[in-house]
Amino acid sequence: MEALWSPSAKPKRRGQQLHARLSVPHMAELNAVEIRNVSKVFGFGEFAFAAVDEASVSIRQNEFFTLLGPSGCGKTTLLRLIAGFEYPTSGEILLNGEDIAAMPPFKRPINTVFQSYALFPHMTVAENIGFGLTMLGKPKQDIKDRVAAMLKLVRMEALAGRRTSQISGGQQQRVALARALAPQPKVLLLDEPLSALDYKLRKDMQIELKRLQAETGITFIFVTHDQEEALTMSDRIAVMSSGKILQVGNPREIYDAPTDRFVADFIGETNFLKGRINSVSGGIADVETPVAGRISATVPQDFKADGEVTVVLRPEHALLCPPDQPPACQMTGTLENVVYFGTDTHYHVRLSDGETLFTLREQNKPLQGARFTQGDRVGIALEANAARVLRN
Amino acid sequence: MSEAAGTIEAEKSRDIRKRWLLSLPALLIILVAASGPLLIVLVYSFLTPGPYGDVQWLPSLEGWINVVLEKDIFDGTFSLADAHVSIFVRSVMLSLVTTVLTLLVGFPTAYFIATRPEKTRELWLLLITIPFWTNLLIRTFAILEVIRNEGLINGLLLKFGLIARPIQMLFTDGAILTGMVYVYLPLMVLPLYASMEKLDFRLVEAGYDLYATPFKVLRKIIIPLVKPGIIAGSILVFIPALGAYVTPSILGGGKNLMLGNLIELQFGQGRNWPLGSALSITLMLIVMVALLAYVRNAGSQGSRHG
Repeated sequence: MEALWSPSAKPKRRGQQLHARLSVPHMAELNAVEIRNVSKVFGFGEFAFAAVDEASVSIRQNEFFTLLGPSGCGKTTLLRLIAGFEYPTSGEILLNGEDIAAMPPFKRPINTVFQSYALFPHMTVAENIGFGLTMLGKPKQDIKDRVAAMLKLVRMEALAGRRTSQISGGQQQRVALARALAPQPKVLLLDEPLSALDYKLRKDMQIELKRLQAETGITFIFVTHDQEEALTMSDRIAVMSSGKILQVGNPREIYDAPTDRFVADFIGETNFLKGRINSVSGGIADVETPVAGRISATVPQDFKADGEVTVVLRPEHALLCPPDQPPACQMTGTLENVVYFGTDTHYHVRLSDGETLFTLREQNKPLQGARFTQGDRVGIALEANAARVLRN
Repeated sequence: MSEAAGTIEAEKSRDIRKRWLLSLPALLIILVAASGPLLIVLVYSFLTPGPYGDVQWLPSLEGWINVVLEKDIFDGTFSLADAHVSIFVRSVMLSLVTTVLTLLVGFPTAYFIATRPEKTRELWLLLITIPFWTNLLIRTFAILEVIRNEGLINGLLLKFGLIARPIQMLFTDGAILTGMVYVYLPLMVLPLYASMEKLDFRLVEAGYDLYATPFKVLRKIIIPLVKPGIIAGSILVFIPALGAYVTPSILGGGKNLMLGNLIELQFGQGRNWPLGSALSITLMLIVMVALLAYVRNAGSQGSRHG
């Protein structure tokens, strides 16, 4: 493997892929990809629709970066803008500091793994993998060596001469990866590449992708709508909705400290409680809620607002308890639904205001049946530091 | 037991008879409309020409000999029938050029239609097929009106003083080619469109993504994948072009003959039905050989590519 990547030797990872002509003093600080106020509008006049709306984000060198959002949020359009299949209506796209927004895709040192794989059906596995290098006009022997190395990298040596129609979905996936990695792109784009695979294979490929990223040191930009996939694989995640980037952060920040209602709702399950801030001190707000009384909730950094706020609580940060045991059991309600999930059990509790449906998740203990059954009056205890105030 | 077997036997034979009865219309069409006439042509090619057309029932190889050889009317020696051979060569060449030209014009046309939004594609296809609704003769005379010496093009050029004398366009090979390309273009566009419509344009994007320039994408991805359409279109154009009669006779005038005109001549003024029959079968043989060569070539490429 070492020999495979030797042209751009391994240790100097940061900034290794920069163009020689971009050798500015602080080149190590250059982002791999920088999106600046990029918009993409489809249609005209009253039918105009901004698939990407003033998006700005910086993707660092050698990062596994994920664009996460529901279908139609603009994440694939943003990826296509980076690849060059679409040109932005406005804004700049920088690759290692160079504006590439107007560069055609075949000139960009960026390769894509397509959702449908888009393997060439009239070529063999090896011909598919070598295609990019052939188009770059590399010497025949180099292409041969490199294709062999790529086949080894994705563990497909035995199937080099096969047609792409004669291999399984998982194998096609590997070929698509090898084909996109073969020309040693500066950035690899992955458009929901795992969505067509079954659960087990998907898990395997997630690990495989992480391994490939570590071995090649290439910046990966990964598009998915699967929040679990995003959390487990990414160095950083950008959550998108309606063409906008709502929050960028590492998986823990995104899950533990969502600043936006959409982010909190989209990533994992969340309970929302309305309340009013009494006071804020040392990053902790004292919030008065109609259903749970006074709660201590963490506030986002440089948060100024007071008055009406929304407090979020993760289902696993609450416990069921017998009712009417204050002060631990802050809320009471009626257990409406018990859902058994194997590793844990989900409880849906209608709170005392008769409106809010609160979800809890408790891990199942060995040989222990359900502690409460449907219709029971129950109390809910919150763990310390569990509650967070949303920015909006 | 045996009685039962007998009933089954009877049932079976009745079933078979019924099936034959059902396929009778198809068999009749094949026999009466396709094989029968062909057989007549084949038989006629081995007979002696009658004095006023028709044939005399005397077996003779004269018709076949005359396809390529000419009998000197004075000393009875045979020499190569230059006229016939040159017409054969001309016909094949003109048909090949027509096929290539329709491909060159039809390919971008089909690509254009296939890349339109789905709703508007049918409209474009309709526009391509509209000329089919008009009689071939009328379409050919329309071209004649445009390119003849007193026609539209020469008229305009003269009017604007760009030329002093009309350009001779009618009764040339160029005129025949123009007419044939115009007439056979839809036959090329439709099969091309059919295979381009099935083309997965994500593969085109994948090509661009992997550093292929637009020209390379065309050569390495689009053309190999729409090859079935190219083959079908070429066959559909080449075969009727080789036997074309109306277009060359109107636009080529009397002297620029093609095979179709030569055959017509034998059944008309030439009064040599056996020769006409032999020429017809020769034409069929040329088509068959060309087709076999083409299919074999395409087939071997197909097994290499997909």
